Order: sequence, then structure tokens, then C-alpha cells
Amino acid sequence: MSFVSIRDLKVAFDGVQVLHGIDLDVSEGEALGLVGESGCGKSVTWLAALGLLPGKATVTGSVTVQGQELIGAKRASVEAVRGGRIAMIFQDPSSSLNPVRTVGHQICESLSLHRGMDRRAARAEAVRLLDMVGIPGANKRVGLYPHEFSGGQCQRVMIAMALAGAPDLLIADEPTTALDATIQAQILDLLAMLRRETGMAMVFISHDLGAVGAICDRINVMYAGQIVESGEIGPMFDHPRHPYTRGLFDAIPRLDGTRNRLIPIDGTVPDPRHMPTGCAFAPRCPKASAFCQSDVPELKLQKDTRQLACFYPVTAQPAGAVSSDERLPA
Amino acid sequence: MSALLEAKGLVRCYEGQKTLFSKATSVRAVDGVDLTLQPGETLGIVGESGSGKSTLGRMLLGIDPPTEGQVSFDGQPMPKLQSPAWRALRAQMQFIYQDPLAALDRRLTIARQIGEPLEIHGLAKGAELQERVADLMAQVGLRQDQGARYPHELSGGQRQRVIIARALATSPRLLVCDEPVSALDGSIQAQVVNLLRYLQESHGIAMVFISHDLKVVRNICDRVAVMYLGRIVEEASSDEIFAHPQHPYTQALVSSVPVPGKRLEGRILLKGEPPNPAQRPSGCAFHPRCAVALPSCADTVPLLQSIAPARRAACHLLTASDTEQAA
Repeated sequence: MSFVSIRDLKVAFDGVQVLHGIDLDVSEGEALGLVGESGCGKSVTWLAALGLLPGKATVTGSVTVQGQELIGAKRASVEAVRGGRIAMIFQDPSSSLNPVRTVGHQICESLSLHRGMDRRAARAEAVRLLDMVGIPGANKRVGLYPHEFSGGQCQRVMIAMALAGAPDLLIADEPTTALDATIQAQILDLLAMLRRETGMAMVFISHDLGAVGAICDRINVMYAGQIVESGEIGPMFDHPRHPYTRGLFDAIPRLDGTRNRLIPIDGTVPDPRHMPTGCAFAPRCPKASAFCQSDVPELKLQKDTRQLACFYPVTAQPAGAVSSDERLPA
Repeated sequence: MSALLEAKGLVRCYEGQKTLFSKATSVRAVDGVDLTLQPGETLGIVGESGSGKSTLGRMLLGIDPPTEGQVSFDGQPMPKLQSPAWRALRAQMQFIYQDPLAALDRRLTIARQIGEPLEIHGLAKGAELQERVADLMAQVGLRQDQGARYPHELSGGQRQRVIIARALATSPRLLVCDEPVSALDGSIQAQVVNLLRYLQESHGIAMVFISHDLKVVRNICDRVAVMYLGRIVEEASSDEIFAHPQHPYTQALVSSVPVPGKRLEGRILLKGEPPNPAQRPSGCAFHPRCAVALPSCADTVPLLQSIAPARRAACHLLTASDTEQAA
């Protein structure tokens, strides 16, 4: 049975619908990638699920954690799940940390809240967590303030804070986007290591297909508030079948081979206030027909176990950018 | 062929604040950079934050005066900042910024902003100006009706096109682009990269392309310089440097790029983080993070020297004879 199950989740801000019915499952211990461009709703999905959206947002649908419904639940019962069983880390670590409290204090806060630890036990646990996420000299640095850490270390502190509640699921929202390449590699390695050691499930939200591919088992591709394709990482990367997924891969410049012109996706993401009547991707799609302009494709299970929302999927042939024989050696 | 742009021994120091308890500390953001750019060539400058790549870009245009060293444009030394000669020269060299919204005036229509450089440099007016603006907008793929719009009415990719059109207005010979596509989404990024490549080929504009995104740099640049803590550590052609990185830092940087289909295993993971430029390590600045460092690396600073034809590196472990043997 899946750990978290999202059914027909819809979100509207001031009457403008931004999420058009998301169905999504996260199994225990699984690493799920959520990919898409800015504004496609990948962060909103999880903010809505955890009740973190501002009051003007209207959220409908169902989000259950091991059978327990979160949407419309009492505040206290959502709070018991949030931070405890499901933790979330964000893109910009320095703005998520309180600048006038020591990092130790902030980690201890989660520990006393979610694990009921007293001060001494919490401090010892905070040092252990900082050590676990790779902060050198954790014993001394537990008393420092966020500005005394670099960007990569702040992200490690955020991860330590998220781990404080011993969550079953960690939602990482673009955790490496603001970091330098060599630091990004370190944080990805850390997340993969933590998952191996704790067995927690992870949702990795990112626009970077490379980063997602490095640590996830399964990915969901989102476009304009909908999931358009979802499946195991191997087949998805070898044969992306939705024209949008395929377009995302083709648009990535390569580090090897010829330096050809890139193949961009024409046009831009639709304005949520003026969504196209049919498939949201139809105006940018090279394969769209008149039918695509009028009817909305549903996310349907395919023979190869992936889910796809397209009337004219790309036929199963390797994408130019990532055909398996041309991959970099691992 | 003489170089369009030549920099010799560029150094930029920023003075820290003097406080009651401590003396002012100076940070050498750029610490002795030599480079040349041929007409029509695209040079990529890559490095992590704090490596001094943006400061270098600003110095190349004379916006930031170098503390030491000199930049010459077309064989002539760069005139002083804000002098009439410098202003006149700015028509030939333009800057493209990372954040297009911050670089645009929110209260002017985009057609006005694209035409502004032409007015400032007195290159066109009246109907001719209108015609030139329409032509520039067409070149960067903006619709004519979008000329009457304001920056907030456009998407990120369209705003970056406006910035590019404005930079092209005076038909410059040099463009310095500082992270021009970093703020854009993947599919839009590819559109802008293709646009820059098209302009490069059709107009023969020389470009300095500053970015932390190695994949984009490889696609667009002829030659690449890798910076670490204010110095160039390796420089080679775009094809060579990514296929066969020589400097240990370049090797780690290339290895850390997430490529779809590449798993985490086998990547070179560097220990620690880039050091604070105010507390530069002794000797080779990279030695505390370097996997192959020798004890002597902590003592002497390696000089950027030629290790193969058209290839320079600053590492004690790399000498010309080594690479010849390897090759």
C-alpha cells in the first residue's frame, strides 16, 4: 500500500485554478522525482498536501497518509503529520532558517516538538544529526548562527532539521538549485546516503532532469498543473513518450558529442488565467491536431506500466539527447 | 589577427569595512588574470560563486576599474570610467545581465528601451529609429505588437530577448553576458541559447559568456577558462576541456554536472567548499580540496602556463612534458 496517496487534488488562488486534479502515490521507502518548469505546480502540490498554502488558496481533493485524510482535517492532526512523519526542505536554506537563533536551538525545537526530548538529550541529538549530515566539528558549531555557515552548509543544517522528526517521507523542493555544482554533487550524495541509511521515502522536486535522474526511482512530469507522464526512471529517460517530456530532454545541452543547435520547445507556458481549452501543451506541441485543441487527454495507464496523458505520444524510439548507448559511462 | 580584447594582470581588491575592533581586510576577488579574445570569438568563463567571474566580466567592460593591470580594447587601453571616450566606446561593447527584470525600466515600454542606446549614442532618430527598433525586435524573435508593452507584461524569456535586442542596438563588437540564461526554464533557456548562437554567427560578435552551467557553456563557447578563487586554473578549447579536463578542479567540476541517465556512482566528490576569498589558502588555492595535492602545493602558487598547444593550466602536477607523454 502506498504511504501517501493524493487523489484529484485541485488548488485555486483567488478563483484561478493552478492545479487541475493531481493523482499521485508515494510508496514506503521510494524516491519519487517531480519534474517541470516554474509555475507548473510541482511545489504547490506538496504545499497544498501539507496545508502550507496561504488562506486565499482553495484546496479540494484528498491527501491520505496511511489512510489518514489531511485535507480538511483538524489543524492539530495535520501538525502531527507535518514535520514529524513528513518533513520538507526548501530551495533557499538561508531564508528558511531563523537568523537570530543558533542552528542548535532550531534543531532542538523540532526535537522537543516531535520527539518530546528534554534539553540535554535534544542537544546531544542535534550534534549527532549535524554530524550525520556532514558538518565538520558539529560539537562546536551547534552553537553558531546561520550566517556563520556557507550556503551548502545551511542546506545541510536544513536537512538535519528535517531529519529531527525522524520522518517517513522527506519532501525536497529544489534542494540543490541554489548551490554550486560541486556542492550540489555533495548534497545529492548526502540525500542518497540518508535514504539508504534511514529507509525513508523521498520526493525530489526539481527542474533539473540530471539531478532527478541521479537519485530517483520513478518520476512524474508536470505541465501547467497536471501530470502528463509518469513512470520508472529507466524507461522514461530512454524513451520519453509525451511530446513535452521529450522536448525537455531535447532542450538540454550535452557535455559530450557534437555541439549542435539545441532543440527548444517553442512558445511559453500558458497563463493559468487563460488556459487552452484542450490539452494544455497543444499550442506548443509539434504533433497537436484539431482534436488536441478541443479535448483534454486523461492520464492513462500504458502497456509498459507508465502513465501518459497524450493522444499522439512519441513512438518508442530513443530520444536524441539521451539514447542509452550514448550515455556517459556511469 | 590582432586581439579585440586583451587583459593583462587584472587584479580587483575590495576593501572590507574597518570596524572598531578590527582592521579593514581586503579581498582579492580577481587576482592576476590574463586573457585575450579574438574578434568573433566566444570565450566562456566558468567557476563557482565567489570565483570572481562576474567581477572579471565587469572589469573587461571597464565598469569596474581594475586595482592593478590593464584592459585594452582593439589595441587601445580602456579609457577611464565615465570619461567621454569610455562612453563612446560603450557603443561597441555591451553587457547582458542575469536578471532581465532588474535591468529594465519598469515605466518605459520595451520599444523605447530598445531604442534608448540609439538615442544616447546619437545613431538614429525619428522614423529611422522606429525602423531600427522594429528590425531589432524581429531579430530576437519579439512580435511588433509587444513593443508597446511594459516589462512586467512579458515572460522571463521575452524580457531576456528585450535585453539582448537593446544590447544589439548599437551593433556592438563585444558582448559580455553574465549568466544570461540561468534564471530561465529549460525549454526557454534553449531558445535564448540558440538566439545567442545565431547572433554570434550572423553578426560575428565576440562574446564573453560567464556562467556556472557547463552544459550551456560547452554548447555556445569556442574556448573556456575555468576560474577558482580569482584565478584562471585552466583554459582550453571547449571541445578539449570537457572531453579531457586536466586540472583536478576542472575534472571535479565536469564530473559533478548532473547529466540525465548518469547515476551518482563514480563522480568525483570534492571535500569541503570553496574557501572564503578573504582567507585564501597558501600556495595553490585549491590544495585543501585537491585529491592529488602534494605537500609542496601548500607552499608555492602554481603559474598559469602552457601545457599543450592552445592550452594553459595552473597546477604543479601538470607540465608540458606530462601531457605530451599522455598524448
